Amino acid sequence: MPPPRTREKALRHRLAELRGPEVQAKALDARALAALAANPGCRRRAILDGAGVDKARLASALGAPSVFGQSQFAFVRGNAFEAKVKADGGTELLRLAHEKLDRSAEPPAGASVPDLTAQGPEGRAARTALALREATGASGTWTLLDHPMLALDVAGSPAFLEPDAVIVHPDGSWSVVEIKSFPMLDGSADPAKVGAAARQAAVYVLALEEVAARLGPPARVRHRILLVCPKDFSNLPTASAVDVRKQRAVTARQLTRLTRIQEIADALPEDVCFSPELPAEQLAAAVESVPATYAPECLSSCELAFHCRERSREAGAVTCLGRPVRAELGGLSTVGEVLAAARGEAGDPEDPVVAALRRAAALRAEALAAREVAGCR
Amino acid sequence: MSLITTLARLEAVSRDRAQPAATVRHRHLSDRPLVFVPLTTAGEAGAPLGALVGTDRDAPRLLVVPQPRDRDLRFAFLAELADVVLPYVDSYGEAVEAAERTETDPETGKRVKVEVELCADAPQLIVPSRAGVELVRLLGRSMRFRRTAEEDPQAPFPAPPRVPLLGRWLTHFGERARVPGSSLLLAMTDVLSRHWATGQSSLEDQHLGALLAWIDPPEGRGGAEAARERELARDADGQLLYPPAGPATDPAFDNKLLAPAIEAYDRARSALAAAEDGVEADARLGELTAAERRVRDLVESRTLPTWRAVWQGLDLLRELPEGAHVAERWTRDRWSYTGHRERVLAGEPPQPRRDDPVTAATKLATREREQARLEAQEALDDPLVMAARRLSGEAFAGEVTDVVMTWTESRRPSPRPLVTVRTDDRPHLAEGARVYRSSNGKPQTAELVAREEDGGVLVLRVLDRMGRGREPEPGSVPEKGERLCFTLFEHEPRGGAKLPDPEETPWTHGGPPGEEPAAEPADPVTEEDIL
Repeated sequence: MPPPRTREKALRHRLAELRGPEVQAKALDARALAALAANPGCRRRAILDGAGVDKARLASALGAPSVFGQSQFAFVRGNAFEAKVKADGGTELLRLAHEKLDRSAEPPAGASVPDLTAQGPEGRAARTALALREATGASGTWTLLDHPMLALDVAGSPAFLEPDAVIVHPDGSWSVVEIKSFPMLDGSADPAKVGAAARQAAVYVLALEEVAARLGPPARVRHRILLVCPKDFSNLPTASAVDVRKQRAVTARQLTRLTRIQEIADALPEDVCFSPELPAEQLAAAVESVPATYAPECLSSCELAFHCRERSREAGAVTCLGRPVRAELGGLSTVGEVLAAARGEAGDPEDPVVAALRRAAALRAEALAAREVAGCR
Repeated sequence: MSLITTLARLEAVSRDRAQPAATVRHRHLSDRPLVFVPLTTAGEAGAPLGALVGTDRDAPRLLVVPQPRDRDLRFAFLAELADVVLPYVDSYGEAVEAAERTETDPETGKRVKVEVELCADAPQLIVPSRAGVELVRLLGRSMRFRRTAEEDPQAPFPAPPRVPLLGRWLTHFGERARVPGSSLLLAMTDVLSRHWATGQSSLEDQHLGALLAWIDPPEGRGGAEAARERELARDADGQLLYPPAGPATDPAFDNKLLAPAIEAYDRARSALAAAEDGVEADARLGELTAAERRVRDLVESRTLPTWRAVWQGLDLLRELPEGAHVAERWTRDRWSYTGHRERVLAGEPPQPRRDDPVTAATKLATREREQARLEAQEALDDPLVMAARRLSGEAFAGEVTDVVMTWTESRRPSPRPLVTVRTDDRPHLAEGARVYRSSNGKPQTAELVAREEDGGVLVLRVLDRMGRGREPEPGSVPEKGERLCFTLFEHEPRGGAKLPDPEETPWTHGGPPGEEPAAEPADPVTEEDIL
């Protein structure tokens, strides 16, 4: 077995090969990581993300383009709101943090906002770690880190993450700030959007904990994050503390479960390459060489979902109809199998799933036949 | 989702066309529904961009906000919307019928019947999708606390008259839509997927176009292929051939078509403002009108396909016969409409931002009761729904093989016939458990006396609805050879325990209400408000 250093190098080299020559790696962001954790068994997504393949371009090259995109209206408004929240050296943001997260601390009177600019993501991550160390040492003051850069090891390759902000409290503990442009209406916001924000913030908390563990005396990363949203129908910021312990635990577990990239890469044939420059058939074959676990939820989180959906439908997989459907049908995984079992053409009648299917089919046929007759009396 | 629905979905896949998930229509459809197809601006918390609205499928009214960030234009949109919606809502208030309602007499504290007027029919609002229902709520919330210039002359940015009233009505519609089985405000995707099972997941069923493609594919085409086209097909410019049903728009549409059109409108407007003389202003007014026209055309092009789809959905639903209990549930909607109308006419303040504990408890209890009622009624109205209950052991159907008359042993014996039923179903029944069947439209109760070893033969004792005499009334006892269907659930489920009167509210729920709550203040307004 080669020493770890060389192994890591070999993997990096292998991933660059998979991405294709001259293709820039696409960085993983927290949103992608949170989505990745939502479907941890998908080897296809794991290897493509791990290798930094641009899945949107890949999907277009495969002829099944993704539908993700951001409207410039949403983009402009999101940026304007974030700028407003952070204006004046973060006065308003720190006031909200004090009010919602840390009322017992000294109210912030002017915060230090260290400069975090540096070359490349590695440089910025190092600069952020340094700033965090300094701020943690300087007790009794509030520090606002605007767009820090954090590194997180994901299935063997580093991902660089950029939270909206991180706050260092006077007691030296750290909090993640997530700024979103959906409104908080009468104190409550869309639960689906809050959930997505919490999952995203949980990834930042995990990354911060890695940094914190490396400090002399480890710093404390708070598990309540500050979610900042516009208030009602205005553009004024309001905030709420969101407990992300659960999301953090789930994400941490899913990240360790993420099928090891090394393992997947080793299982691939030598000449596989995902470069979007390649002809469609060759790409399709390359993508096909890694198994995927498609479920309809992928449609809202993965650029390749439409391609996988087509394949999954062609194979007649029942998961196309939703994960609960799959769970209900036991060992039967294709539409053909299930229907044959229901019609009594195949399957073991002793199997409770097959028996239930046959009863269901009989009852359904009876009810449809009785359609002309008045209801069941 | 029951196994029967799953099976229907799988059949839909193999037959490439949606399969029935109901044999009757479980929701009321008005003869004159108001269809509302709204669009919003991305990232602006439901700031309207435009809408098609109306009761005539051939003549929708197009409302457009050419610059969604402009408060005056948004107000103009809402005022126009009020001009369409409020007359429609009011038109159902004229015709009333006499009805009775039980009320607590304030002096004696007894429950007494009072004669009241109930509106003979009620308005019905139809939006394309569930997100549309949420938008109706949001619009309602944004408008109902607004102040008009008449109410508060000092208020900055006063709302046009009638806009707060529209807010109160939309809030009522949105609130009512949360009651299971109600039909005042319906999302077309929800109603269609209640009645048909498609060969795609329920997530994908949220796309109205794709859903309709499965149910009613174009001549000679398969459901899957047609649905995929509706979902994804784009023209040479990258625009979707079938725009999403909204209220959110496609980002490609926003970036490539809408943004330039809105920018052109802004430019034309500043040019008009900067015009120095009448002749120049005239020319620039022409440009402004043309720019506005362009935005209007864009909005129309994205809403018209959805408008047609909603009406197509209505046509499909109307082909199904109405379920027997649908009219009864619609009567509850009529009560809801009548009640809100009375509150508005009595000058009550708008619905509060947050319900007080008593109101919240009442609403929850209502929703739970209506959910149980809906489940029971749908099963009774529809053999396909009943089949799912039979599969899950909550009902059974079978043939009467024997009837033995017995009587109670009291001084005035009442009939207690023993009915033997042979069934292939496997109900989860223990001895002494109650079962119910529908006898002349009324639920008749029986209890399980014995069950044969293999579970397929049940002996039931009929307990009620046989008249007062010693001999049961004709037709009230099942006869040998009759096919019956018994349910383990009650046909007219009772709600939970009655809630205490507001004055008796326990301290755990905030105690008795204090003095009248102060009127809710209007939302503070700032320069960059979005609604």
